Amino acid sequence: MRTIWLIAGAVFKESVRDRVPYAMVVFAVLLIAASYLIGQLTAGQDMKTIKDIGLAALSIFGLFIAVFIGIGLVSKEVEKKSVFGLLSKPLSRTQFILGKYTGLVMTLAVNLGVMTIAYYGILFYMNLTASAGARSVWPSPAMDPRLLIAIGLIFAELMLVTALALFFSTFSSPLLSTLLTIGLWVAGHFNADLRNFENVVSSPVAIAIARGLYYVVPNLSPFDVKAEIVYGMPISMRTLAFTLLYAAVYITLLLSAAVAIFRRRDFK
Amino acid sequence: MSAAIETEGLTKDFLVGFWRRRPHRAVDALTLSVEPGEVFGFLGPNGAGKSTTLKLLMQLIYPTSGTATILGKPVGDVGVKKRIGFLAENPYYYDYLTAEEVLSYFARLFGYSGADVTSRVSRVLEDVGIPHYRKTKLRALSKGNLQRVGLAQALINDPELIFLDEPMSGLDPIGRSQVRDLILNLRQRGCTVFFSSHILSDAESLCSRVGIMAQGRLVASGRVSDMIAFELKGWELVVAGLSDEISQRLQSRVRAITPLKHGRFMLDLAPDAQPEQLIAELRGAGADLVSLNPVRETLEDYFVKQVAAAEPRKS
Repeated sequence: MRTIWLIAGAVFKESVRDRVPYAMVVFAVLLIAASYLIGQLTAGQDMKTIKDIGLAALSIFGLFIAVFIGIGLVSKEVEKKSVFGLLSKPLSRTQFILGKYTGLVMTLAVNLGVMTIAYYGILFYMNLTASAGARSVWPSPAMDPRLLIAIGLIFAELMLVTALALFFSTFSSPLLSTLLTIGLWVAGHFNADLRNFENVVSSPVAIAIARGLYYVVPNLSPFDVKAEIVYGMPISMRTLAFTLLYAAVYITLLLSAAVAIFRRRDFK
Repeated sequence: MSAAIETEGLTKDFLVGFWRRRPHRAVDALTLSVEPGEVFGFLGPNGAGKSTTLKLLMQLIYPTSGTATILGKPVGDVGVKKRIGFLAENPYYYDYLTAEEVLSYFARLFGYSGADVTSRVSRVLEDVGIPHYRKTKLRALSKGNLQRVGLAQALINDPELIFLDEPMSGLDPIGRSQVRDLILNLRQRGCTVFFSSHILSDAESLCSRVGIMAQGRLVASGRVSDMIAFELKGWELVVAGLSDEISQRLQSRVRAITPLKHGRFMLDLAPDAQPEQLIAELRGAGADLVSLNPVRETLEDYFVKQVAAAEPRKS
């Protein structure tokens, strides 16, 4: 366990000094610009729009960080051969993969944490400057703590995406890994449609393929509760718990597969 | 006492080609034994299979067939990894970490902690001659200094056995001399050193034994002195005051006469030319002896001969 933490610590240190701060800056600038513009354009809807845009931006920038750093760290390590020095040390390839994953999740957590603080900062400012009349039409308070549920689910989704990126990067090129991960992220948000494919087509082959894909492609739509939170709708705790359990199982399977592939791999 | 490194029929095939994948044999039935305390030079031209062998020994790749043991245990054993050091060819570590951070990280992977880590990092940075780059991020270091960081990380655990893949690569003459001293120090400490190189003068001065690889096969192995010491290629005799008449007379007895500066001449003699008799004759004719040196086969000559013999014949 100590070895995994040591690897994770090095990944975190390297990533934080590398690209992550830029993503944070971009996110903050985007959010501030969006809130200012939207505040000018909309009447009454500004708070909902800002919350929506903020959560969407958090999710998208988080995805970029998860994919690019997740893929970059392992494939760069293999491509630039730093893996040679590391694997000659007293550690197993399993510890290497688990350490890398833990480090990436730590990086993601800090990054998401900073973005969340920036997000709440803007909401606080909006709350401070809005009139009592404007506040009365908001479906939920500006500093709604339930936003943390949405952010928590975004984090769980990004953990899954990171595991996906890490899995692909153990056997394919960085470009292919990026395309596959982003492709599956997009497909994952439309996964529920695959389940009901028989309502749209009649071909049994197409239905069988769709059903197969439904079980293989990660189902990411339950992780998206932005609308429910922003519009102040209730969320089932049972669904929430099941979604988190689903993420844990899927991540475990992906990491097990990544370890199995990485353990057999030749580093030329 | 078991051998430090032992391989038996170690073979590695890589699949090459895009459409029609076919095996390419990078290492072919390598059987080798390196004794504890030896400095073993693993020599060969580019593509001979040296780095592939080192990767097999570090279990960075898996053999197609054959076995290998390190310090009596199968390669890849985590317990053995605690007792060895490895420097890869053209090492790369982490751009955004400092030399101290990278070395501390590696030291901790060996289980060291606290003040032990700090003192080990200081010592190895001193050993490789870059204590002043302690706080420098690796991306700001030159190729030669990165190589030194690579050497430092290989030494961080005071290894019993160290594998160095082209350790002189990218180093300036001072750096090369420092690495030579470092290897000699390791030898004095009783550390077994296995290093691959194609710089033969380094191998000649450092190694107790060498192995020569060509086309994936070990074509020669043994003590450097056994390989080259007794084969005399000729004599180089330098004399002064050689008249034209004597020069003419010597034409049939020497291979070549080369004029040098200050009225001196170098006479290239065959191994069986009996130089003592010739010197006496030259003295009698008024010439002065400046020097006489035997010309022996160098490791390079031996190496070229072995590698050429292993090359597939072109028809």
